[in-house]
Amino acid sequence: MKYLCLVYSEEDKLHTLPDSPRDEECKHYSEGLYESGAMLAGEALQPVASAVTVRVRGGETSVTDGPFAETKEQLAGFYLIQARDLNEAIRLAAGIPPARVGSIEVRPLRELAV
Amino acid sequence: MRNGNDSTIAARVAALYRSDSRRVLATLIRLLGDFDLAEEALQDAFTAALAQWPRQGEPANPRAWLVSAGRFKAIDRLRRRARFDASREQLAQHLEMQRPESDDDASVEDDRLRLIFTCCHPALAADARAALTLREICDLTTEEIARAFLTPTPTVAQRIVRAKNKIRDAGIPYRVPDAAELAERLESVLQVIYLVFNEGYYASAGESLTRTDLSAEAIRLGRLLLALLPDPEVRGLLGLMLLIEARRAARLDAAGDPVLLEHQDRGRWDRAAIAEGCALVEQALGSGRFGVYSLQGAIAAVHAEAASAEATDWAQIVGLYDVLLRAQPSPVVALNRAVAMAMRDGPQAGLALIEAQLDAGELRDYPLIHAARADLYRRLARPDQARESYRRARDLSPEGAQKRFYERRLEILESAVE
Repeated sequence: MKYLCLVYSEEDKLHTLPDSPRDEECKHYSEGLYESGAMLAGEALQPVASAVTVRVRGGETSVTDGPFAETKEQLAGFYLIQARDLNEAIRLAAGIPPARVGSIEVRPLRELAV
Repeated sequence: MRNGNDSTIAARVAALYRSDSRRVLATLIRLLGDFDLAEEALQDAFTAALAQWPRQGEPANPRAWLVSAGRFKAIDRLRRRARFDASREQLAQHLEMQRPESDDDASVEDDRLRLIFTCCHPALAADARAALTLREICDLTTEEIARAFLTPTPTVAQRIVRAKNKIRDAGIPYRVPDAAELAERLESVLQVIYLVFNEGYYASAGESLTRTDLSAEAIRLGRLLLALLPDPEVRGLLGLMLLIEARRAARLDAAGDPVLLEHQDRGRWDRAAIAEGCALVEQALGSGRFGVYSLQGAIAAVHAEAASAEATDWAQIVGLYDVLLRAQPSPVVALNRAVAMAMRDGPQAGLALIEAQLDAGELRDYPLIHAARADLYRRLARPDQARESYRRARDLSPEGAQKRFYERRLEILESAVE
């Protein structure tokens, strides 16, 4: 099964706590996942200040600054993985370095009903 | 093949249903990979047994026959549905190709353990885990579970449907966790069993006649789990439940109101349950692992072995709470430790700890901390503070036996003043 692991963290804590991961560590972990075949895609994201939100209503496109939801924890990156089942996905998610300072939401992918 | 007339066969099939339907179900869920399909297949298999065994005789291995019949019936069902949904045909072919593995006793018991871990997976909500476990493993009906939890039947039915959907959609596996995950996943299973036990034990007495005995179900589950997975904490939890259950006859007075441990008639405690519980706890701690259930079991064992509240080895209880507090730092454990300190070193010692907790903002809305504080003030002959704390405990309690208990305590204090 495919799972999307969404990495959430408070942005001011992501890089500043004693347990905060360094970029080298994240790179190393994702490279390991690619080598094992478990990783389909994954990227880190710029801070939410760089985000815009796009909506289309009645054919009109509107663009607003900032993220869609004002929450304490922000989306900081994602891993798209292939795992045997949820137990394996949880194990791989637990290894994502920012899990130590933020949280990882593990979501199974849905096949479009077409 | 054994032959028999229809009525003896029917009785035999009914007995097999009681003894083995959960085992057959567990194996069918593994083979079919779908809870609902497996439940339908289970009913189909027993129906087929009732129809065929009077003519053909009972097969040599009835359980294997039922699994095999259930599997073929499920493939038939998928084929019939394939007329509307082509993907069903693929699934049916896949199942037909699969060679069922051996049906020896060990693999059947593995299936039961797999089912327990699936029903108690931490990805499911806590109330859904309990409902699913009682439904699939204990074979309670949705109505029985609803009555036991004082929850409307449609709510419980919906919880079970959602849990099954999540098992399918999120890929919750049907297997015993690997060694690396086992401890954490087992914790989730033990939590479900203890929740079911407490739900039964603290249920109000008046309704116990119509409610399924959840404590007994939890103890049965504990025994099953211990047989399947002889882990020290499973042993510790079973011991703990037996030691608490042993007090059942003494814990309520004639009016159905709770009796404090120190006032219970210990002659009414179930000695056989205590002996078994103590032995289990001793074995659990003998493993050298001090799990939270084993430690709570050890505390219950010290109480169980004491002739009275005064004769209790409070120093040992405080020591056990010290270890428990390190294993499970929680304000409620700290409160229980404070009460034990009061018994060991006098009310003042306990009161200082409780006041410190309240000052730190802990448990301020928890009725039991105010009740404990009230009792210590009473023992220190400070009735004004005792009354104030009992009022607080009463006001924070929901309607029921516990609230009535604090009201009675208040009345006793008032009459003592006059």
